[in-house]
Amino acid sequence: MAAIELSGVKKTYPGGAQVIHGIDLAIADGEMVVLVGPSGCGKSTLLRMIAGLESITEGTISIGGAVVNKREPAERDIAMVFQNYALYPHMTVRGNLEYGLKNRGTPRDEIDARVNAAAQTLEIAPFLDRKPRQLSGGQRQRVAMGRAIVRQPKAFLFDEPLSNLDAKLRGQMRIEIRRLQRSLGTTSVYVTHDQLEAMTLADRLVVMNGGHIEQVGKPTELYDRPASLFVAGFIGSPPMNLIDVERIRALPGVSLPASLPAGTDIVGIRPDAVVMGKGAAGDIPLTGTVELIEPVGGESHLYVRVAGLEQIFVIVAQGRTTLTETGQVDFAVPVATLHPFNRASGRRL
Amino acid sequence: MQTKRTTFPNKLLPYALLAPQLAVTLIFFIWPAAQAVKSSFEREDPFGFKTTFIWFENYSRLFADPGYVNSLTKTAMFAVSVTLLSMTLSLILAVAVSRVLRSNRAYTTLLVWPYAVAPVVVGILWWFMFNPTIGIAPYLMRAAGISWNHRVDGNQAMIFVIIAASWKQISYNFLFFVAGLQSVPQSLTEAAAIDGAGPFKRFWTIVFPLLSPTTFFLLIVNINYAMFDTFGIIDATTSGGPNQATNILVYKVYADGFLGLNIGSSAAQSVVLMAIVIVLTAIQFRYVERRVQY
Amino acid sequence: MVENRPLLTVLTHLVLIVGVIVVVFPVYLAFIASTHGSGDFMRGLVPLLPGPHLIENYGKMLTEGISTAGAPPLWIMLMNSLIIAIIIAVGKIAISLLSAYAIVFFKFPFRMVAFWIIFITLMLPVEVRIIPTFAVVANLGLLNSYVGLTLPLIASATATFLFRQFFLTVPDELMEAARVDGAGPIKFFRDILLPLSRTNIAALFVILFIYGWVQYLWPLLVTTDSRYYTVVMGIKRLAATADSEPQWNFVMAAVMLAMLPPVLVVIFMQRLFVKGLVETEK
Repeated sequence: MAAIELSGVKKTYPGGAQVIHGIDLAIADGEMVVLVGPSGCGKSTLLRMIAGLESITEGTISIGGAVVNKREPAERDIAMVFQNYALYPHMTVRGNLEYGLKNRGTPRDEIDARVNAAAQTLEIAPFLDRKPRQLSGGQRQRVAMGRAIVRQPKAFLFDEPLSNLDAKLRGQMRIEIRRLQRSLGTTSVYVTHDQLEAMTLADRLVVMNGGHIEQVGKPTELYDRPASLFVAGFIGSPPMNLIDVERIRALPGVSLPASLPAGTDIVGIRPDAVVMGKGAAGDIPLTGTVELIEPVGGESHLYVRVAGLEQIFVIVAQGRTTLTETGQVDFAVPVATLHPFNRASGRRL
Repeated sequence: MQTKRTTFPNKLLPYALLAPQLAVTLIFFIWPAAQAVKSSFEREDPFGFKTTFIWFENYSRLFADPGYVNSLTKTAMFAVSVTLLSMTLSLILAVAVSRVLRSNRAYTTLLVWPYAVAPVVVGILWWFMFNPTIGIAPYLMRAAGISWNHRVDGNQAMIFVIIAASWKQISYNFLFFVAGLQSVPQSLTEAAAIDGAGPFKRFWTIVFPLLSPTTFFLLIVNINYAMFDTFGIIDATTSGGPNQATNILVYKVYADGFLGLNIGSSAAQSVVLMAIVIVLTAIQFRYVERRVQY
Repeated sequence: MVENRPLLTVLTHLVLIVGVIVVVFPVYLAFIASTHGSGDFMRGLVPLLPGPHLIENYGKMLTEGISTAGAPPLWIMLMNSLIIAIIIAVGKIAISLLSAYAIVFFKFPFRMVAFWIIFITLMLPVEVRIIPTFAVVANLGLLNSYVGLTLPLIASATATFLFRQFFLTVPDELMEAARVDGAGPIKFFRDILLPLSRTNIAALFVILFIYGWVQYLWPLLVTTDSRYYTVVMGIKRLAATADSEPQWNFVMAAVMLAMLPPVLVVIFMQRLFVKGLVETEK
């Protein structure tokens, strides 16, 4: 178990393309950090650099206090879970779990003890003598996890481990990974493009975009105070409504509070921050036409066209709605829930 | 050229891994080939004391030699005939096998094993069949009023080696045609059937055109086979005779070099053969690359 | 597809049966000849039905051979053929596996050069460079030896390409997982890549075994010592007795014995054989 520290980490490919533009990140011992971002943002590359599968062009990565830039993956004492599991197809499940331990010269009885313990934890004991191709997707996923935990490494690295599973299984495994990581207390770095997965798993979330870190923080912090337009749009589903301040000002009977910081030209409004009806005094009242209603069970997503605004306004309404499509709706936005942004810098004010 | 996303960092190991293959290639392929090219520009005096550089004289002499020109034309005739005969028979058999469902494995087994018969053994088998005194083929032809003696008649000798060489290649072509036929989507022939095309029309208008990559590939492979892999067949049947009638290039280069001991001419012949293989390989690879792009 | 054309079905089987007869008949005739006595080939036509001398002929050829034709007992030649075919097949597979491994899993200077040098062997079959290659082998003192019989045939572009193709289809993550698990290049090759290549190796072995077994010109050139004769070249010596008609019953017994091992390999490993053939030639 160990802390991981990245400082000034850059990656440039031989062709000259730079994919990581200087990353500073400190991951505490036992912490679960999730790297999230759209595809091509560099999150997988960064993870592979921590693993030692990609070289580091500039900067240092240290694990447990020691700089590991020049170390082979095996010498970094990390374990990795791959998207396609990368189980050795010709070995049994037991063989897969043992391989890393054997290569390290772990004594036989110790190997057996660890493999059996991992098999118990992950409930794969009945399959130990099967080949990977005889297992279901979920079982393979467990074996891949098992291969990581038997090693008792300093850190776990997860590279989108759940994206090959169907939605239901993904939900289950997500909970299990979280439980396992908590009970083992092993430092973990987890890469995903699924923001729901990211929110639910992370102690701390790292949102990446174009080889930069956009924001680091607890999932709720990022949700409540997105530091940039990018994070605001990326975290939360349905996404935040980002509206041009000028257009709101131009709406009849609407005024924005003076408390908004100077330079605010975009305001963000969370779909679930909206109050149905006229709202309280001081709220910003809006009226629009319901274009589409998505009932998702306990709540409904309303897509509302407000005359004068460019985009469709998304609202999360709690409970069943009595509204109908093409009908009119009144709603209000509490001033305190506005997120002020500057367009040119892309940052929160 | 492609490698893995991540590669091992070792600097010397890859060279060590390549060393055996490269050593064998350099010593037994590249060096001898270079020697052949060098000798083809030289003349050795009869006692082997002195070699003179003579530019293209070996080549000009070679192409002025009626014996060599004869060998060229015989080779062309032989290669084209073997290719056409063997491929036609194989295609018919492959189409027939793809039509039967239950017994196709049995038929396939019975048709593919000649691949494993050595060319020289093929020669002996057919020599026995066509033996002018006791062979069954001449016996039957006598009954039909044809007098067969390939030891005397050059044309008969050519027909004889063509048959023997084609026989050996049937199994190879057959397997590739079967594989090619399997890759023609069944939905296409079904669509044609619904459009009212009968089995023969379906074959010519749908299946055969779609088979053209296989056909083209086999065309090159068969020409290659007929030109270079039939040495044993010729050696066991006619030894190039009678009167040079079946003296194809690959047999002639051996006969002139080892039996005739004419080093310069034999080297020039080797270089010509290399040029032919290089052209054939280049054609084949251009075609493979094109196919990969689909 | 439902199609009811009984006439076409009959024709199909007819074509196949004629095809099988054409393919099998020469060998049938050879087998019949190998069961007769020497005197049965004087009359006007070869025998068409089996004779009583099968065991006698095969026994004589296997244990004694025909000394007048300068051919040793067949079992020696069969052993030589077996040894040579196995060395060639194993050798080609071994060095091709290694070179394909180097080309796919490492980046190093002159990688393309190495690839092209291997590629060139495709263009230089032994029949084409026969005299200078013979000179090299003679200068190295390798005439009349197993090394001389096999080593010059052991480079293989096709096997290297086949393994390269296969290695490229092995998921990248497998090698990465192995590295994380502490396997270096040698361990990864031995523990992961080699076991995964099993089927390809077996298929290629079938093809290359046959390739080695049917070699004729090369053994003919580099062996003068009958202890190193292979069965394929030995048969030619049997058949080519100078003055008289060959002793067909013995020649054909030898032919049958020479054909049997590779033909059995094809028949009993048909699946691997077809895979090997179709995949190496792409």
